[in-house]
Amino acid sequence: MTTIAELPPGFVDKVLSAQSTFRSVMDAMARPGAVQRIVPMAGTAGPMMRGMAAIALTLFDHDTPLWLDPRMAESTDVLKWLKFHTGAPVIQDSSIAAFALISDGVLLPDLQRFALGTNEYPDRSTTVIVQVESLDSGPSFELRGPGIDGVATLQASVKPFDLFELLRINETLFPRGIDVVLVADDAVVAIPRTTRVTSLGV
Amino acid sequence: MNAPAYNFAYLDEQTKRMIRRAILKAIAIPGYQVPFASREMPMPYGWGTGGVQVTAAILGPQDVLKVIDQGSDDTTNAISIRKFFAKTAGVATTTSTIDATVIQTRHRIPETGLHANQVLVYQVPIPEPLRFLEPRETETRRMHALAEYGLMHVKLYEDIARFGHIATAYAYPVKVNARYVMDPSPTPKFDNPKMDNCPALQLFGAGREKRIYAIPPYTQVVSLDFEDHPFEPYRFNAPCALCGAENSYLDEIVTDDKGSRMFVCSDTDYCEGRQAAGHHGAMSAAPYKDKAQGEANG
Repeated sequence: MTTIAELPPGFVDKVLSAQSTFRSVMDAMARPGAVQRIVPMAGTAGPMMRGMAAIALTLFDHDTPLWLDPRMAESTDVLKWLKFHTGAPVIQDSSIAAFALISDGVLLPDLQRFALGTNEYPDRSTTVIVQVESLDSGPSFELRGPGIDGVATLQASVKPFDLFELLRINETLFPRGIDVVLVADDAVVAIPRTTRVTSLGV
Repeated sequence: MNAPAYNFAYLDEQTKRMIRRAILKAIAIPGYQVPFASREMPMPYGWGTGGVQVTAAILGPQDVLKVIDQGSDDTTNAISIRKFFAKTAGVATTTSTIDATVIQTRHRIPETGLHANQVLVYQVPIPEPLRFLEPRETETRRMHALAEYGLMHVKLYEDIARFGHIATAYAYPVKVNARYVMDPSPTPKFDNPKMDNCPALQLFGAGREKRIYAIPPYTQVVSLDFEDHPFEPYRFNAPCALCGAENSYLDEIVTDDKGSRMFVCSDTDYCEGRQAAGHHGAMSAAPYKDKAQGEANG
């Protein structure tokens, strides 16, 4: 039996840490491709990076059904930590998830299995949070779309390697679509459904 | 009386999480109105409850807040909201557009260009641009889903048929990122071009109508018009009577009961900044400022 004392902690200052984390995520969403840093620290459970843990503490609660990739779902540490700190229900059906937590991109299921929203309510879609290896080294990508002054470049090593090609379903689906938040340690980059990514190679 | 009676920035954390999630989806779908569970605020509807909730959800201790009401920092609504956040969040407040990181506005966009480290929060009374054309929410929602905006063009055409020009002067409809038609809140259409490709993030909160929407930075915002009746921003054909500005949006102020009037900048920070820099208008009456300036120069 795990006692509360054995659980990794949440934020030291719930209110201001959540505010600071939210501003980083909001800036990331408003300026796709720009790397934002998450400053407040929290304990992490299982394969969770500290960036993802901070986002969880900031945005999740009983109103947000979560879908976890198999590795996360197997980890009782993750389940207990999420349950204690956020109270968010973990569900099996990814098509009604508010957030999906992907510890490793190779475990990313077909994007069509997530909620894509409807044309009437495109906001009722899954935000997919993917942990990646790096957001400052690796292959280069060019990003265009709202929030970007012309072109933004991003160096990132992500899995699956064709993640940005998979996200091209957003072009035809719009206004439905998938919004992605990439996390590498404390670095965050968002790829909302309006962003078009082209690969520049290595 | 020193013990904090409220959570930081008034709202409880669960409410902030809900609003924050709505803001993220609003940014991801530019111009789309995200429903949110708007709360009762300690001020009446129409006083900016939507904008206040958005500001409360994003505001942090490092922020510097500016609040304007029709361009002015010094009217009741602006002062009370500024004091509200100074009291509940302890944030620094300013009247300077450049120094602010969060600007909450009721129906104006500052004359001074915004920069990338700012967030502009609009108070919105009626977020649905199609509402006066189609009262049913189910229908307007479908019209947005299908991008069926012909009705809005008919409305602008009827203006032309009746008045010879597009007579809509405020809340002039815009199309965001070539997809959603959006109500820019009742800003004068003079301000519409400032929304296009703006470096700052723009967030819109409608408290009574329970909607949040957004324009990300550097996003295309086009005012609806016709080839033969292109969109034209309107301003009174006069310089500011206090600072002489030829390119700012003007308020008309009646000065007596004999029809006398003066035109002054609606943006008080812009006007005062120009006067401090030595610009004068025809009715500028600030001898003490001139004197202070003279002494400083002498």
